[in-house]
Amino acid sequence: MTEEILIAGFGGQGVLSMGKILAYSGVMGNKEVSWMPSYGPEMRGGTANVTVIISDERISSPILSSYDTAIILNQQSMDKFEASVKPGGILIYDPNGITRHPSRKDINIYSIDAADEAAKMGMTKVFNMIILGGFLKIKPVVQPEFIHKGLEKSLPARHHNMIPENETAIEKGKDIIKPVFLLN
Amino acid sequence: MDTISKEDIRKPENIVYKRTELLTDKVMSYCPGCGHGTAHRIIMEVLEEMGIQDKTIGIAPVGCSVLAYEFMNIDMQQAAHGRAPALATAVKRLNPDKFVFTYQGDGDLAAIGTAETIHACNRGENIVIIFINNGIYGMTGGQMAPTTLEGMKSSTSPYGRDIKSMGNPIKMTELVAQLPGTIYVTRQAVHTPANVRKAKKAVRKAFENQKLNKGLSFVEIVSNCNSGWKMTPNQANQWMVDNMFPFYPLGDIKVNED
Amino acid sequence: MSMKELRLMKGNEAFAEAAIRAGADGYFGYPITPQSEVMEYLMAEKPHERTGMIVLQAESEVAAINMVYGGASCGKRVMTSSSSPGMSLKQEGISYIAGAELPCVILNAVRGGPGLGTIQPSQSDYFQSTKGGGHGDYRLIVLAPSSVQEMADFAPLAFDLAFKYRNPVLILSDGAIGQMMEKVELQEQRPRFTEEEIRKNTPWATMGKTPDRERNIITSLNLDSHVQEEHNIHLQAKYREIEKNETRWETIQCDDAEYILVAYGTSARLSQKAVDIARAKGIKLGLLRPITLFPFPTQPIAELANRVKGILSVEMSAGQMVEDVRLAVGDKVKVAHFGRMGGIIPSPPEIVEALESKLIGG
Ligand SMILES: Cc1ncc(C[n+]2csc(CCOP(=O)(O)OP(=O)(O)O)c2C)c(N)n1
Ligand code: SF4
Ligand SMILES: [Mg+2]
Repeated sequence: MTEEILIAGFGGQGVLSMGKILAYSGVMGNKEVSWMPSYGPEMRGGTANVTVIISDERISSPILSSYDTAIILNQQSMDKFEASVKPGGILIYDPNGITRHPSRKDINIYSIDAADEAAKMGMTKVFNMIILGGFLKIKPVVQPEFIHKGLEKSLPARHHNMIPENETAIEKGKDIIKPVFLLN
Repeated sequence: MDTISKEDIRKPENIVYKRTELLTDKVMSYCPGCGHGTAHRIIMEVLEEMGIQDKTIGIAPVGCSVLAYEFMNIDMQQAAHGRAPALATAVKRLNPDKFVFTYQGDGDLAAIGTAETIHACNRGENIVIIFINNGIYGMTGGQMAPTTLEGMKSSTSPYGRDIKSMGNPIKMTELVAQLPGTIYVTRQAVHTPANVRKAKKAVRKAFENQKLNKGLSFVEIVSNCNSGWKMTPNQANQWMVDNMFPFYPLGDIKVNED
Repeated sequence: MSMKELRLMKGNEAFAEAAIRAGADGYFGYPITPQSEVMEYLMAEKPHERTGMIVLQAESEVAAINMVYGGASCGKRVMTSSSSPGMSLKQEGISYIAGAELPCVILNAVRGGPGLGTIQPSQSDYFQSTKGGGHGDYRLIVLAPSSVQEMADFAPLAFDLAFKYRNPVLILSDGAIGQMMEKVELQEQRPRFTEEEIRKNTPWATMGKTPDRERNIITSLNLDSHVQEEHNIHLQAKYREIEKNETRWETIQCDDAEYILVAYGTSARLSQKAVDIARAKGIKLGLLRPITLFPFPTQPIAELANRVKGILSVEMSAGQMVEDVRLAVGDKVKVAHFGRMGGIIPSPPEIVEALESKLIGG
C-alpha cells in the first residue's frame, strides 16, 4: 500500500498540522511516511500545502506531481491542484468559499462542510480534524488507535487535554463527508 | 446646506494630500501595520519635495525591504546582506552630484554589516543611512537581532534574550554618533501621525545635509515587526512604546550645524 | 527514553539533534532560509544543559566560520550551517581551515542562485562544494544526504571523517531535505571529548602548552614556497587516501539496467520514482546515487558504463556533476544531463521524458 496525499489551503487552516498528525499516525502504525511542506515567504497568510505519503515500502520521492488523494480547502488550491489527482483518484473539498467546483469526470469527488460544522460545534480550531475524519472514512490508511497515538505525539503535552475534542471532530468528519461524483 | 460631491473633492485644486508619484502601484508586501511601508513613503515624499528623484540612487540590502526596489520608483540597487554602505560609498564617490541612501534593517546594519556601516560612518561618506530597527530579523522568520531587547523572545532566543550568553542589545545610533564622520544622527518612529511628521523632517534634514556636502546623516526609525513579535499591529505598537522606546529613546542624538 | 529513538522530524532538526548526540562541542551560525531550523532547534533544545555544547548566533557567516576555525584549532567538534549566499561568505574561512588541516562539519542547504536567488531547493553549488570553493588547491569531504535519516546519520559520520583526516566535511543538502519530515532513528548520546582525550587524540590542538611538549601552532601560512609545495603534496596525498577509503554510493535496480540515472540528494529521490515509472513502461532503468560527492564514485560509474546503453545525470542545476560523470565514463556510452534550475524541482515523469528524448530516442 502506498497512499500519496496532497493537502492544500490557506496558511491558517491547519493544513500542515493535519498532515503532521496523519504522518505521525503512520509512524505509530509502523508505516513509512514523508511530510513535505511548501515553504517560504508565501506562507505569510498565503497558501500552504503539504504532501504526505504513507506506505508499506521505502518511499521514493517525497515530492510529487500527481496524487492519489487531494484534499482542497480554498479556491486557489482548487485551481492549481484539481488536475493533479491521478485518474481514478479522490478529491475531497470543503465547498465553503469555493466558487468554481471541481468538474473532472475521471476521479471520485467528495465534499465536506467542515468549516460550517466547526462553526456549529463552536470549535473552529478543529476544522482540520473534521477534514481528517472525512478523509479517513474514505481512505482508512491508518487505524484509529494509531490516530490517537499520532495526536499524542504531534500535539505538545500542554494541548493533550484537547485530544478528546479532536477525536470528536474526526468522528464528525466521518459522518458528514458526502459523495459529489463517483466513478461507478 | 451645500453638499460636496465626490467629483468636487477630486478637483486638483481641492487636493490636500495624495500619494507620492515616487511609490509604484505595486501592493507592498509588508505585513499590515509594519513600519517599513510608512518609512518608504516618507523617504519618497522627501525626494519628491526636494525634486531630486532623478538624481537619487537607493540601496536596499536583504531584509524584508529587499524588495524596496519594487515600491520605490527611483533607481535602486539591491545589495548583499550587510554590504549596502560599501556600495553606497562607491556610488557616491563615483557620482558626487547624485544623492545616495541606504535602507538597512537592524540585522543587516548591526550584525553582518557592522563593519561596513561603522567604516562608512567613520569615513564620513556623504550619504544618508536609513536604519529600520525592529529588534528582530523579520524576513527570515523572527530570529534574534543584535538589537533584540534583554528578555525578548525570538525564534533563536526562545527563552528570551539572555545577556550573559547572547550579548547586550546594541545601540548603533549612539555608537555612530561618536564618530567624527557623522554629522546628523537621530532616532525617530512612524507609529503615529505626529511621529511620522517628525521622522519626515529628519529624513529631509538628512538629504539637505547631503545636498550641502556635509557628511553622513544617520536616521534610525524604530519600527514594529508585528509578525516577528507575534502580536497584532496595535499590540506591537504599544509594546514598542512600552519597551523599545525606553531603551531606544527618540530624538536627535547629534546635530552638527556647521 | 529508549537508547535508540524513533521520531518524525524535519531534516534540519534531525541534523541538529544528531549533532548534539554526536558529542558536538559548539555550533556557530547566522540565520538564512532554508536552514534556520538548525539553530532554532539547538537554541530551543538548550544542549548546554544536556551535554555542555554551546550554541552561538554570530553576527555574520564570516564570523561564524571563523568561530569554527577557532574552535577546531582546539580539537573541538565544531560546526556551522548555512545556505548558498552564506556559503559564499564562508569560503575564505573554509580555505584557511582546509589549509590548516582542521576538522569541522559544515551544512549547506543549497538554494537556487546566483546572487540572492531563491530559497527553493537547488543543487547549483556542486562545483563550489566538490572542487574547493575558496582559494587554493583543497578538497572537502562532501556527503549528500537524500533522506531525513541520512541527515541524522551523517552528523556523527561527518565528525568522524573530519577527525580521521583532519579535514572539513561538508554536508550538501537543500531545503526539501531540510524541511521535510520523515521517520528517523536517532543514535544514542555519545560523550563530548574530554580535555585528556583531546590532548591524546589530537596532539596538534592548541589547548595550552604543557611542559611536556613543544608549542602547537595552527596556521595555513608558509612563506617558503618549497615548504608550501610540500604541504600541498601532503594534502593531495591525503585526498587520494580519502578517495581510496571513503567513496560511498548506492545502486538501485542496476543489475539488469540498460540505462542509468546518476543523481544525489533530492534529485536521487525524484529519480527513484522515475525508475519505477520507467520500469512500468518497460524501460530497464536503474539509479546510481553518489553518497559522497568528493570522493566521487568514479569507479562504479565507469563499471556500469561497460554494460549499459546510456547514462543520464539528473541534477537541479545547469549540469555540474555531469562533468564528473563524463570523466568517469569517457566515450564508452552517451552521457546526457537533465536538470531544472533556479529552485524548480523536476518531476519524476519529466525525468523519464528526458531519458527517452535524450538517450533512448536520440
Ligand atoms: C549572506 C547572507 N546571510 C543570511 C541571509 C538571510 N537573511 C536575509 S534577511 C536577514 C535578516 C534581516 O533582518 P533585518 O536586517 O533586521 O531586516 P528586517 O527583515 O527585520 O526588516 C537574513 C539573516 C542572506 N540573505 N545573506
Ligand atoms: S515580517 Fe516584520 S518587518 Fe517584515 S514586513 Fe512583516 S512586520 Fe514588517
Ligand atoms: Mg529587523
